Amino acid sequence: MSAQQIVFLVTAGVTVISAALVVTVRNLIHAGLWLVMTLAAVAAIYVQLEADFLAVVQVILYIGAIAILIIFSVMLTRRVMADTGPQRIPQWPLAAVVALVVFGGLAYLLVQVPWPLAPDVDVSDTVLALGEAFVDPDRFVIPFEVATILLLVALVGSISLALPERESD
Amino acid sequence: MPEFSFGDIAVYAYDMIGWALVTYGLDPKLVVIIQKFLAAFLLANFALLTPIFTIWLERKIAARFQDRLGPNRVGPYGLFQSFADILKLLTKEIITPSGADKVVYFVGPILSVAPVLGIWVVIPFASTMIGANLNVGVLYSVAIGGIGTLAIMMGGWASNNKYALLGAFRAASQLVSYEVPLILALLIPTLLTGSMGMQDIVLAQDTWFVVYAPIAATIFFVSSLAEIGRAPFDILEAESEIVAGYHVEYSGFLFAIWQLGEFLHAFTISALVSVLFLGGWRGPLADLYPILGIVYLLAKTYFVYFISMWIRATVPRIRIDQMNNLNWKFLVPLALAALVLVALVDKLLPASLAGSARAWAHFASNVGLMVIVFGMLRTESRRLQNLSLPAPVAAGH
Repeated sequence: MSAQQIVFLVTAGVTVISAALVVTVRNLIHAGLWLVMTLAAVAAIYVQLEADFLAVVQVILYIGAIAILIIFSVMLTRRVMADTGPQRIPQWPLAAVVALVVFGGLAYLLVQVPWPLAPDVDVSDTVLALGEAFVDPDRFVIPFEVATILLLVALVGSISLALPERESD
Repeated sequence: MPEFSFGDIAVYAYDMIGWALVTYGLDPKLVVIIQKFLAAFLLANFALLTPIFTIWLERKIAARFQDRLGPNRVGPYGLFQSFADILKLLTKEIITPSGADKVVYFVGPILSVAPVLGIWVVIPFASTMIGANLNVGVLYSVAIGGIGTLAIMMGGWASNNKYALLGAFRAASQLVSYEVPLILALLIPTLLTGSMGMQDIVLAQDTWFVVYAPIAATIFFVSSLAEIGRAPFDILEAESEIVAGYHVEYSGFLFAIWQLGEFLHAFTISALVSVLFLGGWRGPLADLYPILGIVYLLAKTYFVYFISMWIRATVPRIRIDQMNNLNWKFLVPLALAALVLVALVDKLLPASLAGSARAWAHFASNVGLMVIVFGMLRTESRRLQNLSLPAPVAAGH
């Protein structure tokens, strides 16, 4: 087994174990922290795939913003020091079915699809290539702009939700 | 055997160790790993030992600003005061408050120092010396800095203390929101260079980027000050309101680790400002003798650090509403305007206009924007002064 494989197995193991802990620990804050661990391990896997930009963005967005907001809102909405709320929601059988179907589908795909290995391409400047692909009319400019507008709408929407209602005067 | 060069003695030593180990009969791949570990060890120790000096420096300089003498009992000029403090903190008991979440409580301070150390990986010390010239270096420094927010929240929450928790809340709101102008300001050196690699940014600064983009440099510096939670942005540990904020329950060496993280972060952002806007290791003869680059970088870093100490010693703490207003109503719009301005000016200037003339054209456009902004601020402040305020609400409601 090469060193690369060992590193991959360790990160993959950390990802899976911490992901399992996210849904099994009783303390919500701990669940949030394990989620951070999972996301960090996924970022490490991106690094091993030489997708450095993706890895860094994963850390900025998911750990730096989303996970922190999740933990923040948990701290604000629950009795944070001692919360032992119910662990089950009534719809759990339905959720289990959906999870199983998704898992089965993904597993089926994994087995059926022949995964072509990319030829040994030069991955030295992924950021430049990514940036050019985003603004190239022949490639991703339309999805990129659509996503931008979607985010802008979300931004405006969140501001309008947060604005205090104006008194009629 | 690597060729000896005095101007590049650090790299020579690095190569020499590698050469010696390979001739000794080790696998070259293993030797590379050993070399990297050695370099990382040295870098981490340099970064972790720096605060011993900077804490003394900061206390001494803050004292002078406030017409005091500062530490002057232990050693010449009180130089060994920090060592005395370290020994004191080491011998003190580490108290874990009852009801604390033990693991999170211990991991918090460590997680606050580790990402700051991580930033040093992408700081170029000389033309030949950089931990890793990542092509996403700029983003990496932001990403790994954001983990510090998490550390503060962990520490504040795990302490089982409402003041610590309040400090953690304040930290989360301040640190997350000041990341926005920080990243926008970082885009400008990236835009001017055409790369996010730190070494490329330094190499592109024939004229320092502070001339190209004084607004971006200022925004970056101010929002970095907010990111490290130093005065005037120290509402997350405001002692007159919430005792000491997130680290109120920490004692002994765990408290020392929080302090270490804070001071190291302050020094680190000074280094980042020097690298991104003050030309990093560049200076006379630094190309010929790379070892000089370290001297230049440290000189610039200490200069920026001095400014942050100056601000810390003179400006009073801002209120939370002022903190939010400064960020969302001033820094973010200004950073957006500056970004668009730099992009437009850079596109409009003819490609033939190179070197310092180009830099000064950028500078002029920045000054123009600043004049407009100050004009707007002036009108707004006049409007607020003439506003008839409603009578203050009587006590009770």
